[in-house]
Amino acid sequence: MKDSKDIKVSVNDLSVYYGTTRALTKISMDIPDKKVTAFIGPSGCGKSTFLRTLNRMNDLIENIKIEGEVNIDGVNIYQKNIDVVNLRKKVGMIFQKSNPFSKSIYDNITYGPRINGINHKRQLDEIVETSLKQAAIWEEVKDRLHYSALSLSGGQQQRICIARTLAVNPDIILMDEPASALDPISTSKIEELIHELKRYYTIIIVTHNMQQAARTSDVTAFFYLGELIEMDKTKTIFTNPAKKQTEDYISGRFG
Amino acid sequence: MAFVKKNNKRNKADTPAQTTEFASSILKKQFRFDDWIAERVIKTVAFMSITFVALIFIFVFRETLPIFKDSSQITESFSARPQGNEESLKPEVYNPGNSESETELRPETYGVEISDLKPNEEKEHPLSAATGHENSRALSTLLSKDWQPVSDRPRYGILPLFFGTLKVTFISILFAAPIAILAAIYTALFAPRNIREFIKPAVELLAGFPSVVIGFFALMVMASFFQDLFGYSSRLNGFVGGIAMSLAAIPVIYTLTEDALTAVPRTFIEASLGLGASLRQTAFLVVLPTATPGIFAAVLLGIGRVFGETMIALMATGNAALTTINPFDSVRTLSATIGAEMAEVVFGDTHYSVLFLIGSLLFIFTFALNALAEFYFRNRLIRRFQGK
Amino acid sequence: MPWRSFISGTGSSGVSRVNDITTGMNRNTKDIIIQSLTGVSVLLILFVIVAMLIITFIGGWKNLTWEFLTEFPKEGMTKGGIFPAIVGTALMTLIMTVAAVPFGAITAIYLAEYAAEKSILAKTIRFAVKTLAVVPSIIFGLFGLGFFIKFIGLHMDNMFYKGELHWGQPNILWASLTMALLTLPIVIVSVEESIRTVPKEVREASLALGATKWQTIRRVVLPGSITGILTGTILAISRGAGEVAPILFTGAAYYLADLPRNLSDQFMSLGYHIYIMSTQSTNVDETLPIQFATTLVLLLLTFSLSMVAVILRYRIRKKAR
Repeated sequence: MKDSKDIKVSVNDLSVYYGTTRALTKISMDIPDKKVTAFIGPSGCGKSTFLRTLNRMNDLIENIKIEGEVNIDGVNIYQKNIDVVNLRKKVGMIFQKSNPFSKSIYDNITYGPRINGINHKRQLDEIVETSLKQAAIWEEVKDRLHYSALSLSGGQQQRICIARTLAVNPDIILMDEPASALDPISTSKIEELIHELKRYYTIIIVTHNMQQAARTSDVTAFFYLGELIEMDKTKTIFTNPAKKQTEDYISGRFG
Repeated sequence: MAFVKKNNKRNKADTPAQTTEFASSILKKQFRFDDWIAERVIKTVAFMSITFVALIFIFVFRETLPIFKDSSQITESFSARPQGNEESLKPEVYNPGNSESETELRPETYGVEISDLKPNEEKEHPLSAATGHENSRALSTLLSKDWQPVSDRPRYGILPLFFGTLKVTFISILFAAPIAILAAIYTALFAPRNIREFIKPAVELLAGFPSVVIGFFALMVMASFFQDLFGYSSRLNGFVGGIAMSLAAIPVIYTLTEDALTAVPRTFIEASLGLGASLRQTAFLVVLPTATPGIFAAVLLGIGRVFGETMIALMATGNAALTTINPFDSVRTLSATIGAEMAEVVFGDTHYSVLFLIGSLLFIFTFALNALAEFYFRNRLIRRFQGK
Repeated sequence: MPWRSFISGTGSSGVSRVNDITTGMNRNTKDIIIQSLTGVSVLLILFVIVAMLIITFIGGWKNLTWEFLTEFPKEGMTKGGIFPAIVGTALMTLIMTVAAVPFGAITAIYLAEYAAEKSILAKTIRFAVKTLAVVPSIIFGLFGLGFFIKFIGLHMDNMFYKGELHWGQPNILWASLTMALLTLPIVIVSVEESIRTVPKEVREASLALGATKWQTIRRVVLPGSITGILTGTILAISRGAGEVAPILFTGAAYYLADLPRNLSDQFMSLGYHIYIMSTQSTNVDETLPIQFATTLVLLLLTFSLSMVAVILRYRIRKKAR
């Protein structure tokens, strides 16, 4: 079993309601530190909703109700008096459709640091270079830093978004179907990136692409209709799942 | 990983073992001044819109109070006023050789003319008996048929002004509504996309014409044109004013109708076309009935626009407080009365208060009209789309 | 009603096809008539717009000289130029803009970003804005007189000038503030529309990076809505330059020897000039060309401003699609 010090996120009996509709039912899980955890399952089964509870982006939705606990580093982020703004600095998010700001590449990356009060040009330059290198896109854009981020291709934009998140130095990176809108080459670049990043960050990725989950993750969780059906080492899930539902989904009988 | 990184001054919550940098950064809600003040300022400024409306209510009504209070503490009302003339019933022609020749060269001052006071008179006078007496009489004359504020026995009958306003509004909407609605139907339903993109802004440009320009056009060009065409005697009359005002109402009705028509869900249109109806049938049998509340609201707001229109009325209606049915007779509207006479009126005196009263009535009217269009028709519209 | 049975009527597609054949001709001519009728309405409107432009142009272009625009009126308004009217209009709209745009933009930010859709406060504010938008312009004039001049102004005089009349009378300041209130809804609507075109995803990106709401507004939303703020400003200026009713008795004058030098001076205005000259001028024949020329100037001014605003708004809406 896992050592308690390797658990980054510990979820206890989390349920999420949109008004009277229940989107997630009593989810409990432990997410390991500095590993890639994948959430899989048919569309609409709550994976993205769950992901968004981890950085409290669901707070933006009116009518939403959260029950249960989400503990990150032992702290329940849903208790009273949590500083949500700081939480989001530590739990970053990459969205399905890349959303760079309508600014230069440089300004996109420095957005986070500037908000945190870092204004010194030399420091910012360093952060930009480090982040872009970590996102494996430095060579491609180093001569175009002051061009608009929107002038890049979809795959490049997504890597800029990743670099932008890295620039704030989070502990956890949440990725909501990061490559679903991208072509295969960009997708594999992102997957390589994820493999590199897990050395320094805890990564949680939602994907409807099972092969991607199999390729990139260490741990996989299977969701169905708002419930957590099974969660185990990726290899086990894909070769020898414990639940029949999991096996049916993996082998493509539904989804 | 139970290392404890640099512990900030923030107090620890009672969490189990681990207190990482992460934990300590999120455990206490930080106060961010910028955000706090931005929110306060923004909400306060937004709230002021309500304040402004309230202020308008209050301060326009305030000036009408003297009529309702029999006594008035108004002071400083000194001025020589021309005595009884029947000018208000003579239509204005705006031709050379007509009255005031010198006034145009003097800067205008309204109301208080301190310079007229004799040096040894106090500034504050006990209520002018005339004003107080007039105030109490004013109320009783409000519903009379004579608007004669400037005469030996002033009468403040606003009925002819109401009548004039209604007449002009009627004529203008009579022309504006059909034209605007038909044009909107064409734009929303029949026009190909690129033409639509051109027409909408073009008509909105009409909305950008200042009403004084439309009034000028009516006065100089349209008046003579129609007089030659129909051969009536009063060059400036309700008809000319009405036609000119329709130019102001058309963009309003057009834009709102077009919005209402395009708001009809595509699914309705597709269903109809799918059943074999032509575009025209779909337009008139499906889209138009569905959009009717919105079109009603559009016409209502067009009426509101014209009801309070001042400059065009001042320049094109002849400004004679007549109450005949004939559209080719001059009329005098409520707002034109205010615009024309406020300049000549003395601050604090009955005429002044009655003009403010007219303004208050106009304000209430448009307010009610707007509320009606907002609440009743918008609700109807929404319910229609949701299937009652 | 016939349409009810048409829409919900039973019948195989075969039947409707028969209807097609037998009533085909009628349907087509009816279609053509209706479509022509509505199309003609559009043409009528466009015709009127163009006619007004052309006639004004014909009547006034001869007088549109450099001297006309830069000289004072002479000889009882029958000669000379309209320079002070242009300056007066410009100054008035400037003060008006400075007052209205910040207020309007901030209110728009509230409506787009801070207002919860269901809150009573938000609904009341929206209703208040709509009310301001439909109030007749003369009422603003009355408000300017009753509030700014006879209340604020008189109190200022009592406090600072020991009751001597200084601020308690019509001047360019009060007229501008009155006009600012009138154009406030215009700014609000334009700016709000523009703010709403900033996509949700971009806001989420900012928040997910640990930015606060205000930081997101300041750094992402507002820069993305500059066009809307510009459009609102231009529309407000166009409206403010053309409206006459609010300034009839709050500060406009027909003849002034000097340009306004203080906020407490009166001013000349293009619109007011046209009104007085065309209705109360003693010498219509001699001033007619000047009337047309002044109208032309005002029309060109407001028209070009409107055009710019329309183009900008078109670009905003295209961006939103």
